[in-house]
Amino acid sequence: MTFRQNHLLGIEPLAPDEITAILDLAQDYVALNRGPEKHSRALAGLTQINMFFETSTRTQASFEIAGLRLGADVMSMSMEASSIKKGETLIDTALTLNAMHPDLLVVRHPHSGAVGLLAQKVDCAVLNAGDGRHEHPTQALLDALTIRRAKGRLHRLTVAICGDIAHSRVARSNILLLGKMESRIRLVGPPTLIPAGAADWGVEVCHDMHAGLEGADVVMMLRLQKERMDGGFIPSEREYFHRYGLDAAKLARAKDDAIVMHPGPMNRGVEIDGTIADDINRSVIQEQVEMGVAVRMAAMDLLARNLRAARAA
Amino acid sequence: MTLRFINARLVDPEAGETREGELWVEDGRIAAPGDPQAETVDCRGACLAPGIVDWGVKVSEPGERHKESFRTAGRAAARGGVTTMVTRPDTDPPIDTPEVLEFVHRRAQADARVRVVPMAALTKGREGREMTEIGLLRDAGAVAFSDCDRVVADTRVFARALTYARSLGALVVAHPQDPGLSRGAAASASAFASLRGLPAVSPMAERMALDRDMALIEMTGASYHADQVTCARALPALSRAKRNGLDVTAGIGIHHLTLNDYDVGDYRTFFKLKPPLRPEDDRRALVEAVASGLVDVICSMHTPQDEESKRLPFEEAASGAVGLETLLPAALRLYHAGDLSLAALWRAMSLNPARRLGLPVGRLAVGAPADLVLFDPDAPFVLDRFALASKSKNTPFDGARMQGRVLGTWVGGARVATD
Repeated sequence: MTFRQNHLLGIEPLAPDEITAILDLAQDYVALNRGPEKHSRALAGLTQINMFFETSTRTQASFEIAGLRLGADVMSMSMEASSIKKGETLIDTALTLNAMHPDLLVVRHPHSGAVGLLAQKVDCAVLNAGDGRHEHPTQALLDALTIRRAKGRLHRLTVAICGDIAHSRVARSNILLLGKMESRIRLVGPPTLIPAGAADWGVEVCHDMHAGLEGADVVMMLRLQKERMDGGFIPSEREYFHRYGLDAAKLARAKDDAIVMHPGPMNRGVEIDGTIADDINRSVIQEQVEMGVAVRMAAMDLLARNLRAARAA
Repeated sequence: MTLRFINARLVDPEAGETREGELWVEDGRIAAPGDPQAETVDCRGACLAPGIVDWGVKVSEPGERHKESFRTAGRAAARGGVTTMVTRPDTDPPIDTPEVLEFVHRRAQADARVRVVPMAALTKGREGREMTEIGLLRDAGAVAFSDCDRVVADTRVFARALTYARSLGALVVAHPQDPGLSRGAAASASAFASLRGLPAVSPMAERMALDRDMALIEMTGASYHADQVTCARALPALSRAKRNGLDVTAGIGIHHLTLNDYDVGDYRTFFKLKPPLRPEDDRRALVEAVASGLVDVICSMHTPQDEESKRLPFEEAASGAVGLETLLPAALRLYHAGDLSLAALWRAMSLNPARRLGLPVGRLAVGAPADLVLFDPDAPFVLDRFALASKSKNTPFDGARMQGRVLGTWVGGARVATD
């Protein structure tokens, strides 16, 4: 068995062969998802609970569909509205749910490290659906699958990750994954949105978008997370779009066959020009969403196999 | 009553040396050699040093007695060789009136088995708006005035409090941390903290606050002690102030001298401190600053927190660590690493804080109170946090291999029970 993890808490603990194992299996699920009969029984009999302490439509829907297609019993809880408001701690919530014997827990939380903390207290497999500014591993995996399908490989590519790196867990997971797969990474953004010490991560840091996109194979845009801003990171949205928004002129600096990615939801006219987002020759944004379901099916399938093996032992 | 310690390795911070010898105690004070029939303690080559004066202990009384009481803190102190606890006023309610201070005295007298010397708040409610009754509090026994980890952000308020304190000769203890830059921070800015996705503060925040405070001390002429200086960047300001003759001293918690930001690892909240643990370069610079005497005081920054307040996501978890019982073995890590001599350690843990606070302890000289700790600096052990005497068990050293066992603690010539 190539995939040795009990949880998927981040890209950091994964070895390159484990990343490849997830992507290979996800590739099979892409075919299943495109077929007339979308059902598998990989998770039959298992219970999947989605706990989102931070609202999300896309990721939660993607995990739900992934679980349903694999035959799991899926329940989604919006934790913002529940007991947390009554003062229950994260660990108590985890213990309560654990007593209901779930097999897969999908968790999103606004604080870095919170999903890992929860994983220490439960007996099932935990998938991190985003914790604070720390990691969002399934997003990085679906991005990797999208890139691999477009470029045929994950190594020796130049990937420009652009925008609000400081508040982005998507950026961190992608930097870790693409680094492990031996691609070259450029971080492009205003200095107020590049985290301290980023230059020591083994990446290039670039504050000029034109230079940052030069010769890039992949242009990965990040959402400007307005809801995370304390205020005052950038002067205005229009200045941001002028300097860091992806438009045709800036994209022209990248390779002719460069692909454009965005984890969504997009702020059209803030970080990306609408016509580029819709350009079917460049934009793979819709494919990213499709790969999301397949990658999540693969990750849950592999974790469930390890869980069953551990319980049988 | 006379007591005679023989076969001791005397750690004498005043002389700056460690020497073989014996020590006599009479009527609670260190005495010249006397009655050969005195009760004898054979130290068998172990170290005998002045008891530790731990500056900045939070006892959690009043308000949070479930975290720590005078009884449990006193027991932890006795086990850790701490003979004087200089307590913090950041209790609930804060120690900001003579009446609350009176309560502290009473509770300490009833339950603490080591000396308790209280600090009081500098501003009412530690809110940074109006100064406390510094004169009355000093008359009631407060040895210094501090708002602890809250910074008096309004420079006019701080300047007036400093001016007033100066007229009474009262010592002001401040926490140098720029409140704007450090807002919401849970870690020190570094590649590691950024990768962990933790909101972080630049070391500049400490330097800026120290620069500000030094300007205010130059202006007011007050006596000032920085509770924790932890960044290399802050050291030039401190050095300059001392060179210019300002009445300024500085301390540092033992955790910042023995751990660094990487120790946080996978969001281990027992390593969440205020200020946060610093990168290794800062730790090295601060060890050197203690060795050179630029940083005067090492303390434990004993901060009890219950399990609930630590079993949370890192950003939400409470800051601070207990340290009364682990200060001595942790400090000995610096001795075993060859960074500091025993005499230099005891200068920073005993002699300097006592001198700065006007206490007669911290010395082995004839006539000084016989506050002593006898310890084996080499004895190895693995720390089990549940074996600590403190009510709260939040130590970052759980499971750590340490060296240094306290064999006995004496306050005023009387042996203190450790059970």
